[in-house]
Amino acid sequence: MVHFTAEEKTAITSVWGKVNVEEAGGEALGRLLVVYPWTQRFFDSFGNLSSASAILGNPKVKAHGKKVLTSLGEAVKNLDNLKATFSKLSELHCDKLHVDPENFRLLGNVLVVVLAIHFGKEFTPEVHAAWQKLVAGVASALAHKYH
Amino acid sequence: MALSAADKCNVKEFWEKLGENTNVYGTEALARTFHSFPATKTYFAHFDLSVGSRQVRAHGKKVADALTLAVSHLDDLPAALSSLSDLHAHKLKVDPINFKYLSHCLLVTLARHHPGNLNPEVHASLDKFLSYVSLVLTSEYR
Repeated sequence: MVHFTAEEKTAITSVWGKVNVEEAGGEALGRLLVVYPWTQRFFDSFGNLSSASAILGNPKVKAHGKKVLTSLGEAVKNLDNLKATFSKLSELHCDKLHVDPENFRLLGNVLVVVLAIHFGKEFTPEVHAAWQKLVAGVASALAHKYH
Repeated sequence: MALSAADKCNVKEFWEKLGENTNVYGTEALARTFHSFPATKTYFAHFDLSVGSRQVRAHGKKVADALTLAVSHLDDLPAALSSLSDLHAHKLKVDPINFKYLSHCLLVTLARHHPGNLNPEVHASLDKFLSYVSLVLTSEYR
């Protein structure tokens, strides 16, 4: 189980407090679909994904990105209990959505790059490392119920 | 995997803007790798890994210079990186997963310092470039 120190929790929550969930969510998901185009396989119903600008401007991508990042907000509020927090979502991603957990790791890392873009100076190695731990913990929690 | 003409263009243009700062970025990327992925430190047990370490700075410069070399040889990377590839295969034997960690931390470093130049297409091209370099460096492993 992932254990966060007090400093790591502070690093995570202080950044999270400044994140625009709607914008960052859309950007992270959009960049995932651009940088790792094979991840588009899950989004056949999203319409135009034919170019980077189409993807980043796509309203369905933005909406879904917001959904995903809102869910990450739950993780930030429950850092000591990630597995329980994501239990139902884990079952959903396995049984209904059939998403390879590797995709959670890819999205987590893309989110970290987005945070680096937006937070620049504030994204020190310590803050960065805390966020790597968080995204790894979330990815692991989302994969936990897979069978 | 091949770098398209657009990828090569994106990488060259982006790298040119880094100028003399590549050494600093190489060092920062290494430090971030050690911090976020502590298992990577096992390859540097002989190093002083404290903040500001001269050894880490020297190694960061080495990595940065190798990438600058790679950027100027995008059409023949395997040839250009051939001796580095042999070194990693026969002497260093760094597990391939670690190239992914360093590549990611390099992207984070570049994103921090050049947020305006890292639009999604450039991000994709750089990611591809770093993957390709990693592939070449591990190509002689077995």
